[in-house]
Amino acid sequence: MEQIIFYCFSALLLFSATMVITVRNPVRAALFLVLAFFTSAGIWLLLEAEFLALTLVLVYVGAVMVLFLFVVMMLDINLTSLQEGFTRYLPLGILVAALITIEMLAVLGAAHFGLDIVPLPAPQPDDYSNTRAIGLMLYTTYVYPFEIAAVILTVAIVAAITLTLRENKSRKAQVVSDQIKVRAEDRLRIVKMDAVRKETEL
Amino acid sequence: MIALSDFLILSALLFSLSVLGIFINRKNIIILLMCIELMLLAVNLNFIAFSHYSGDIAGQIFVFFILTVAAAEAAIGLAILVVLFRNLNTINVSDLDRLKG
Repeated sequence: MEQIIFYCFSALLLFSATMVITVRNPVRAALFLVLAFFTSAGIWLLLEAEFLALTLVLVYVGAVMVLFLFVVMMLDINLTSLQEGFTRYLPLGILVAALITIEMLAVLGAAHFGLDIVPLPAPQPDDYSNTRAIGLMLYTTYVYPFEIAAVILTVAIVAAITLTLRENKSRKAQVVSDQIKVRAEDRLRIVKMDAVRKETEL
Repeated sequence: MIALSDFLILSALLFSLSVLGIFINRKNIIILLMCIELMLLAVNLNFIAFSHYSGDIAGQIFVFFILTVAAAEAAIGLAILVVLFRNLNTINVSDLDRLKG
């Protein structure tokens, strides 16, 4: 049963990945990428990584892919110029991809990582919780990297906002910092001059 | 009875597919970003498979951090893309030659 699920999900994952790289319309590519993320979440569930599978759906499908779709639909892209070179680089790409595949299959194939060499792990007890195990590990051993990850996310937010923020020229708003910084000398000029009489009175 | 090598082969295939995608879609930045996401997905699958078969949860922690960094990367990459489109009115990679020496 597990095998059937695995092979179905693998076929679906490879199919959707192929569609992502070959389809013409970026919106369709993004939607196929959503399908790829969903199926790989299913495969992660087979590997008993429940927390990460749900995180993948929440973070990737829920946030990152929505962002992708949003950007793709916001930009008015000329699709014809983006397709040139598609067939020109196809043979080279297939060659490189096939070489990578052959190399990895030679190293990662059943000869080195088959069932007889890496046996199936013992099943977890019924009250085992993947989320609890990850939490115990994350908040003890890996608490410092966890905080660095939080900093990275904050930096990403700040960077994304500052990059895309557009200052509106016609906006009339108070600049409070300038108002506070102002001193009397900036606004008022006292001119010392000698008293002079009007010429008619002379 | 799914062997570890099955998962590794699947992720190797996924990785090569995304390399192929980078080759054939070299004009379109959006598809290039999507191919990078697919690559990260393949790597994550490797991490989780090894973590499951070696009974060590540290691999899953690593995937957690990769997800974090990938989300940050996607956000900043798309922000740069939007600024680029606003200034040049194109996302074609071959038009982006301002920094040519």
